[in-house]
Amino acid sequence: MATEAPSFKRELLATLPSLRAFAVSLSGKHDKADDLVQDTVMKAWAKQESFEMGTNIKAWLFTILRNEFYSQMRKRGREVQDTDGVFTERMAVHPPQYGVMDLADFKRALDGLAADQREAIILIGASGFSYEEAAEICNCAVGTMKSRVSRARTRLQGMLRIAGEADFGPDAVSTQVATQPSLTR
Amino acid sequence: MRDKAKMNDISKSRPRRMDDGLGPTSDIGAKLRALYGAVQDEGIPEKIFDLLEKLDQAEKKSQTALKGE
Repeated sequence: MATEAPSFKRELLATLPSLRAFAVSLSGKHDKADDLVQDTVMKAWAKQESFEMGTNIKAWLFTILRNEFYSQMRKRGREVQDTDGVFTERMAVHPPQYGVMDLADFKRALDGLAADQREAIILIGASGFSYEEAAEICNCAVGTMKSRVSRARTRLQGMLRIAGEADFGPDAVSTQVATQPSLTR
Repeated sequence: MRDKAKMNDISKSRPRRMDDGLGPTSDIGAKLRALYGAVQDEGIPEKIFDLLEKLDQAEKKSQTALKGE
C-alpha cells in the first residue's frame, strides 16, 4: 500500500508523550494539560496541510500547543492562577533516581521562576530542543532564549542552595514528610 | 529496520550543546529530565487516542466519498 510512508498521524502519536509533558509544565494541572493536548491535536489535524512532512513536527506541535495555552490564558484571565505548580503535585510516576525531598525542593524552585524562564529551561533542558528551535516555538530571538535559560539556571542554583541550607535549620518542616529517618541526613 | 532508522533520525536531530550547564553531568538538567520523563511515562489518556481515531476515520470517509464521485 502506498500509505506506508510516515503518516501525519503516526508522527503526531510519537510526539504526544513529550507534548503532554510540556503541557503539564505549562498549565500545572493534569486535567487542564490533557484538555490542552486535545485542543492541540484538533488544531494540528485541521491544519496538517500546512505541515511539511519530514520537517520538525515536534517543534511545530509545541508551537501550536504553546500558542493555544497563552490564548486560552488571555481569555480566562486570572482563573489560570489555579495550578498545582510545575509538573503538579500528583505525578503518577515518581522518578526513581531521586528522593522525594530532592524533587520537592526542585519543583518549588522551578515554581519560583518567571514563566518565560521556566518555559525556556524546560524546552532546552528537558524537551531536547536546540536554542534555535526553542526560540521559534516561543517566538523570540535566539539570544533572548539563551539569556532566559542562563538566568533560569542561575536562579535555580541559587534557590536550591538556599533550600539545601534550610534543610538543616529548625524550619525544615518538610523533613517530617520524609518517611525514613535515616534518609534525613 | 524502519524503527531503527527513525531512532537514528531522532538522535541526530538532538542538539549537541557544548556547555550550557544542562548537559548529562548537570544536576539541574538531570532533575528537569527526571520530572519531565516521569510525566512522559504516565502515558496518553484514552480520550486523546479516541479523538485521533475519530479524526482519522472522518478523513478517510471523506476521501473515499470524494473518490466515489
